[in-house]
Amino acid sequence: MTANTTARPDTVDELAAIAPGSRLDELRRRRPVTREQVQASFDALFSPLDDTEISLTERWLIAAFASALAGDTSSSRFYAEQAERADATAASLVAALAASAAASGPYGAYSEVELQSENTAGLVFTVGAEGDTLGARLTSAIEHTHLLVFRPRESSADALDTLRAAGWSVDGIVTLSQLVAFLSFQQRVVEGLRVLAEEAAA
Amino acid sequence: MTTATTIHTITHEDAHPRGFTQAALGWVPWLEPYPLDLLTERHYAGLVDKGRASSDYFRLLARDPEILAARTRTDKDIFYNTKEGLPRAERELAATAASRANGCVFCASVHSRAASHFSGRESDVQRVLDEGVGADLGERWNAIVAASVAVTQTPFALTVDHVRRLRAAGLDDLEISDVIHGASFFNWANRLMLSLGRPTAAAEE
Repeated sequence: MTANTTARPDTVDELAAIAPGSRLDELRRRRPVTREQVQASFDALFSPLDDTEISLTERWLIAAFASALAGDTSSSRFYAEQAERADATAASLVAALAASAAASGPYGAYSEVELQSENTAGLVFTVGAEGDTLGARLTSAIEHTHLLVFRPRESSADALDTLRAAGWSVDGIVTLSQLVAFLSFQQRVVEGLRVLAEEAAA
Repeated sequence: MTTATTIHTITHEDAHPRGFTQAALGWVPWLEPYPLDLLTERHYAGLVDKGRASSDYFRLLARDPEILAARTRTDKDIFYNTKEGLPRAERELAATAASRANGCVFCASVHSRAASHFSGRESDVQRVLDEGVGADLGERWNAIVAASVAVTQTPFALTVDHVRRLRAAGLDDLEISDVIHGASFFNWANRLMLSLGRPTAAAEE
């Protein structure tokens, strides 16, 4: 083990409360590339080389909304704090929106003809009057985030057209999609490791 | 102000798959991939393997090279690093189960085919596609599928009981962690594949 691997902050360790030298720390270090690249993914999204098409404030606000949809966890609290620091007014609106947007997924209708019997209905979330304050870009991004989190199977070209009409560039949509998709991964790893630690300690 | 009728996305005539399948499907993007002849060193660094420049999917993701590079290296390590930990077949089973639960027909086709290839259990894998994630595949695979589906639910539904069941089925810490990472990764991959384009039917369909 090299000195710099222990010194560098690791977001998953922080969120999953993994202490240096613990059973879970040792477990994660048996997959050093995964550990390093998950952190590199977080860094790529939240310390971007280029934030022209999606600002850092937008990233924290969308992350706060996305992570809150998965429940009150260390991840949702972390991203809510970051969003609060970036734009307190928008962050409180986003937190209220997330509270009103709770659902249980994945659900939605399939495009495939043989899967129509598996279609399940659920909340199709739209932003109300808060949109006047948040603006068209954030409003459309929040609605798209809800789609990606809960009913990814209902994604469509029309949904992307809605983002484009609200001012999102193609590059911006790619980063927005990676952001929400990465958070779907990171939160699950954090919560999964917590459950594994809990079971191992029992 | 852009009018609501402006068409920004790409339309494709290709037939849609009819359902879940192990056949090799195509995938077409709704947004324009980064043009092949304009790729810079920064884009190639994002693609990781130069050969991926021929893929519309990866050239679309190459519009944000840094997250693509880290995503690709995370993916490869979770699935291909089999020096220790869960056998490759069962990592692919976790990917298949997550994709089946989310409804990603394209991801499910790629990873069910890989699960069949590495396990030799093509008919069991097919049952996950045909019957869904409740198919009875024997206790070890049932435990892996159940954990992967619980990981895929929002809010997160994995519990200590799922972990105990995996342990009872013979999985150790690293193997259980591999199930968690494999299923979690497909909650990343499915959302990109499903939202940036769509699958197209295999030639024989």
